[in-house]
Amino acid sequence: MPIFLEKRQLVTPGDLIAEGEYIAGENTFTEGNRIFAARVGIVEYETKRVDVVALKAFYIPRPGDIVIGTITEVGFNGWTVDINSPYIALLRASDVLSRPFKPQKDDLPQVLDAGDLIVAKITSYNRTHDPQLTVAEPGLGKITRGQIIKITPTKIPRVIGRKGSMISMIKQETGCNIILGLNGVVLITGKTLEDEQLATKALLKIEQESHTSGLTDRITQMLKEEKTRKEENKNE
Amino acid sequence: MASIITRVKQKHITQLIEKEKRLDGRDLTDYREMKIEQGIIERAEGSARVLLGKTEVVVGTKIEMGEPFPDTPNEGVLTVNAELTPIASPAFEAGPPDEVSIELARIVDRGIRESKAIDTGKLVIEQGKKVFVAFVDIYVLNHDGNLIDASALAAMSALLNTKMSNYEVKEGEIKIKPGYEPLPIKKHPITVTMAKIGNRLVVDPTFEEEQVMDARISFAIDEDHNICAIQKGGSGYFEPNQVLEAAKMAKEKAKELRKKLNW
Amino acid sequence: MNDKPEKLIDKKGLRLDGRKADELRPVKLEVGVIPNADGSAYIEHGKNKILAAVYGPREVHPKHLALQDRTVIKCRYHMAPFSVQERKSPAPSRREIELSKVIRESLEPAVFMEYYPRTMVDVFIEVLQADGGTRCASITAAALALADSGIPMRDLVVACAAGKVEDTIALDLMDTEDKLGSADVPVALMPNLNAVTLLQMDGILSHEEFETAVNMALEGCKKIYTMQKEALKTKYVNVSEEIKEEAEE
Repeated sequence: MPIFLEKRQLVTPGDLIAEGEYIAGENTFTEGNRIFAARVGIVEYETKRVDVVALKAFYIPRPGDIVIGTITEVGFNGWTVDINSPYIALLRASDVLSRPFKPQKDDLPQVLDAGDLIVAKITSYNRTHDPQLTVAEPGLGKITRGQIIKITPTKIPRVIGRKGSMISMIKQETGCNIILGLNGVVLITGKTLEDEQLATKALLKIEQESHTSGLTDRITQMLKEEKTRKEENKNE
Repeated sequence: MASIITRVKQKHITQLIEKEKRLDGRDLTDYREMKIEQGIIERAEGSARVLLGKTEVVVGTKIEMGEPFPDTPNEGVLTVNAELTPIASPAFEAGPPDEVSIELARIVDRGIRESKAIDTGKLVIEQGKKVFVAFVDIYVLNHDGNLIDASALAAMSALLNTKMSNYEVKEGEIKIKPGYEPLPIKKHPITVTMAKIGNRLVVDPTFEEEQVMDARISFAIDEDHNICAIQKGGSGYFEPNQVLEAAKMAKEKAKELRKKLNW
Repeated sequence: MNDKPEKLIDKKGLRLDGRKADELRPVKLEVGVIPNADGSAYIEHGKNKILAAVYGPREVHPKHLALQDRTVIKCRYHMAPFSVQERKSPAPSRREIELSKVIRESLEPAVFMEYYPRTMVDVFIEVLQADGGTRCASITAAALALADSGIPMRDLVVACAAGKVEDTIALDLMDTEDKLGSADVPVALMPNLNAVTLLQMDGILSHEEFETAVNMALEGCKKIYTMQKEALKTKYVNVSEEIKEEAEE
């Protein structure tokens, strides 16, 4: 009962990956006992389970996810938020004000206005209604400074790395604080603009090269080289 | 609301068809009861009304004088239009032709045009300058499925019913004379549509069967058993051998209908 | 300017552009050409030059068109005024409206529409230059654009036409052959599932000729399918190659 492809092989939608008693994992679909790829990606398998790590996908909300979003509209009892997903999210006024909402007294645009960035958590979502957000937890709320970049959401795990090794290394080398929204939106706050740009460069490189091996070493090397170059420029 | 079919009914229809039965008792390859009347609209140069089960289509033809297309200066012009009037179904809205009515018109047009049903060479009044233009307007009056076959039948019947005025060209001017000539018809294409439901091909689908089908395929066939137009429609698919099976079925049914209609 | 050629197929069986009866025109594919779109692709098939872009899945506008159990796919096939010999008006013609419908219906079976209820996917096709077989080339490019956007799909959709030129069934008719020939049969296929998602014909063919033409078109489809898959992988393969080269330096 075969798996027809090697690990880390590139597949396109419709490619036959395996036949027989396997479990169809992420980004695959089945016809009978055959497992096919549903997205462009690389094949991964562990014993009985076959997955395709998609090289490009969009974010579908999951309750519990931390996301970074942009306020797009101030409604009469809350805000609509763009969370880089096919689905628009809602943030209720009562959640932000931590008390029942009084339309006459509370001026919503003063609290959060269109164009503001927030770090939020998805509280609920299913096929019949739009995702709901909360900012009523520590670490969540309005973003006041930093750089925002977007990378395809399926690459976020690669940015985190095994047991957070990749992201900790980047934070250390650049001295930046980095918040990873599972929706592919990343907030980088550093001491200087250059530090933030360096972190951005690292993340974009990961996005481009996520399907290759030896990535952690190459990123580490790139960061060290950039830093040395900066030092040299300073000393001149 | 009336045009949404419940999931229970969908399942029912599909299960019946697996067993080669249909809701109205027909075989999978049977046409519904067909009734054709010609000459029902006196003002039109030609007209016909087709009842196919409960589907009702009226076609009127108008013959006018006009200019030929630049790349065919020695041929008359055929133009086919279809209206899915709001009368015909809760699903139809008033307004300019939408993709469904445009597709319908173009399929009917293709069958007539590619089979060379009309002898367009005989429609020339003055070469390169003046020709007869045949307007075929399809009016769907009640939609209970298979608008394509009903419309194609009605269009062809209306064309067979069409008369053109006699005329003469005197001193560069066209004068209408008394008397009429039938529109010159050379071929009689017949269009056969099948729906794919489950793994079966179902001829002449009703509206409800169309709600359940994966896809449909239509073949226009002339009296020499040549295929002159094909159109697959719907969001599903056919396997290549099903396509060939459908073509064979269309040939059979066209033969049957041709005998019945005496075309 | 519009001289009709004497023969479409010469004594050696070669066509006006030197091809044999069962030869495809050259095909060039590129994926990810429009940065603003969620997915995009560009195809050159013979002299056809066509761009396809996908936006979505995204919110449905107007809201009442949303379906509760699946995504809505909208497709717009449009020809640029300068794409054909005689300038074509930019307003959608009846042909473009029909083609938009059949192209949409050729792509829908490939997309997992039930995964994203209450969303909409827009497929935009712009024909920049036309030379026969634009609907097939459009489908090939649009399927790539859909895959490029990250929408889950059962398979790619690939399309190719065959037709009758003088007395020969020939593959992939160009515009002159289509206009002067006696039949054209465009076919779209999902190769892994062996599913025909588009099939049309205009012209006159006997049953046997039709069968030959369909089978020829299906073979053409399978050849182009290989190129489609390569085009999707190219971006990533190139990056891998570059990295290998850098490491060897």
